[in-house]
Amino acid sequence: MNYHWNWGIFLEPVKGGDETYLDWLLTGFGWTLAVSLSAWLMALMLGILVGTLRTTPSKPLAALAAAWVELFRNIPLLVQMFLWFFVVPELLPRELSLWVKQDMPAKEFITATLCLGLFTSSRVAEQVRAGIEALPSGQRMAGLALGFTLPQTYRHVLLPCALRMVVPPLTSEFMNVFKNSSVAFAIGVLELTFQARQMQEDSEQGIETFFAVTLLYFICAFTANRVMALIERRTRVPGQMAGQMAGHQTT
Amino acid sequence: MPLLDIDCISHAYGTQAVVRELSFQLETGQIACLLGASGCGKTTMLRLIAGFERPATGSIRLNGVTVADTNLHMPAEKRRIGMVFQDYALFPHLSIADNIGFGLHQKSTLEIRQRVDEMLDLIGLSNRGERYPHELSGGQQQRVALARALAPEPHLLLLDEPFSNLDIALRERLSLEVRDILKRAGMAAILVTHDQNEAFAVADVVGIMREGRIEQWDTPYNLYHRPATRHVADFVGQGVFISGEVLSRQSIKVELGILESDVPMECGTSCAECGRGCRLDVLLRPDDVIHDDASDVLAEVVAKSFRGAEFLYTLRLDSGAEVLSLVPSHHNHAIGEQIGIRLAVDHVVGFPNRQ
Repeated sequence: MNYHWNWGIFLEPVKGGDETYLDWLLTGFGWTLAVSLSAWLMALMLGILVGTLRTTPSKPLAALAAAWVELFRNIPLLVQMFLWFFVVPELLPRELSLWVKQDMPAKEFITATLCLGLFTSSRVAEQVRAGIEALPSGQRMAGLALGFTLPQTYRHVLLPCALRMVVPPLTSEFMNVFKNSSVAFAIGVLELTFQARQMQEDSEQGIETFFAVTLLYFICAFTANRVMALIERRTRVPGQMAGQMAGHQTT
Repeated sequence: MPLLDIDCISHAYGTQAVVRELSFQLETGQIACLLGASGCGKTTMLRLIAGFERPATGSIRLNGVTVADTNLHMPAEKRRIGMVFQDYALFPHLSIADNIGFGLHQKSTLEIRQRVDEMLDLIGLSNRGERYPHELSGGQQQRVALARALAPEPHLLLLDEPFSNLDIALRERLSLEVRDILKRAGMAAILVTHDQNEAFAVADVVGIMREGRIEQWDTPYNLYHRPATRHVADFVGQGVFISGEVLSRQSIKVELGILESDVPMECGTSCAECGRGCRLDVLLRPDDVIHDDASDVLAEVVAKSFRGAEFLYTLRLDSGAEVLSLVPSHHNHAIGEQIGIRLAVDHVVGFPNRQ
């Protein structure tokens, strides 16, 4: 193998510019964080709403929520990116369509965030639904029998327990958001994967480039994991998670 | 006006009728029990009263207000009916005090604290308010569930198999405790259970349910001593039927002697004007058959079970019929032995011969 190693490449200026390759990667990292965190926020809000609706006694609402989940869960993420970017604008009314195609600011970023957020919301919704359904049926009836309306019962009884129970599976979803955000390069978001490909072509130092990129993705996912673990410990339902019972103050 | 008036309620899951034209009434402060095997519709009836199911026909009136009929359904949260569940359904993320105060959300903080303290006192857990449900024993959790249901002062309390998750010793003690707490609070309640000991320990009046209907709505004493149907006689307590021949409307001859009934017997459809010669199956409870060495009626011991204070003997008569007898346990007889017995039947209960 006659690969020419050059770990100093990150500090060298890019061809025909005054930035360094490190600047490129850090910009990409910034967009990755921006897309991922915005998409995650959206996925959490929509996912909790949709997951909750799936468990309500109202048949139309539950059916609507089920359709939502199936729609966003069953189409590959990459195809969804293209649909939102190329197909949806064509389906809009003429004026709006023109505006989206020509004048919308940060079009790639907004499209990628919307797409990733909706895709992830269907997965969050399924976790939330599973959490609510795992609660004993007496919890809902107990809330109602104590004079709470159904929305109040969700707010004060069912969701507080269900959401804490689904923190561990949501951790994986949170980590997935960072990894899935790499698909956004396909529609031209200047995120980490996009920048990595550009740096690799430009510098011809592919191994160093993707080593650095791997490390950055790993840091994102691992940080997400630690943050969720902290939330899990802080919000644990007393006595419900095995192995941590000693953490209780018994005095 | 009764506190609760259930009038001709029916309910079905799909095509499966679960409750059939059921009616009963409950007075203020009264504790009733729906007793029956699983699948008899008793839990469904409780849910209909609570408002978790809608009846197909009939009406439910609470405190003079119609809460459910064919066109009207007052939602559960508006009915002010407390519920205690088999699995307690305490809220695991809230402390004991917050659980008990949960239904008081419209009151001021001070009022909530006072009421919670009052309820903690009532259930004897005064210093446990800050604990979480999982830190309490099953019996304590059940008492917290009771306090939580009682705290908002509901019109009526419903208890769904409330003791079935507890071990037997605790079950007996807690059922008496619960009755005591309900009586002190002057609370009307309906208990649902398949355990007759529980029903008899807690309730003033018991409805024996079968296939969605109430077969008899009566005091525990009458259910045991004056069962209205053969099913009730079978279901409640122990006993056997032996064949007897009617001599007059108030006397009947069985293998062990002549029984005098304090009320006229009804032989059933075959002979409305009951005359002689009609045959009835007569219910003999274990306490109706007395061991008496002086008696010249003898029976052979075929089985015995030791119950501490007494033996339950299974005895075979000359005809081959078997009866049960409850005998003080210092009378220890061997299997195969012949012992003297006589009848002491206060309430003669007979049903038409089953052909």
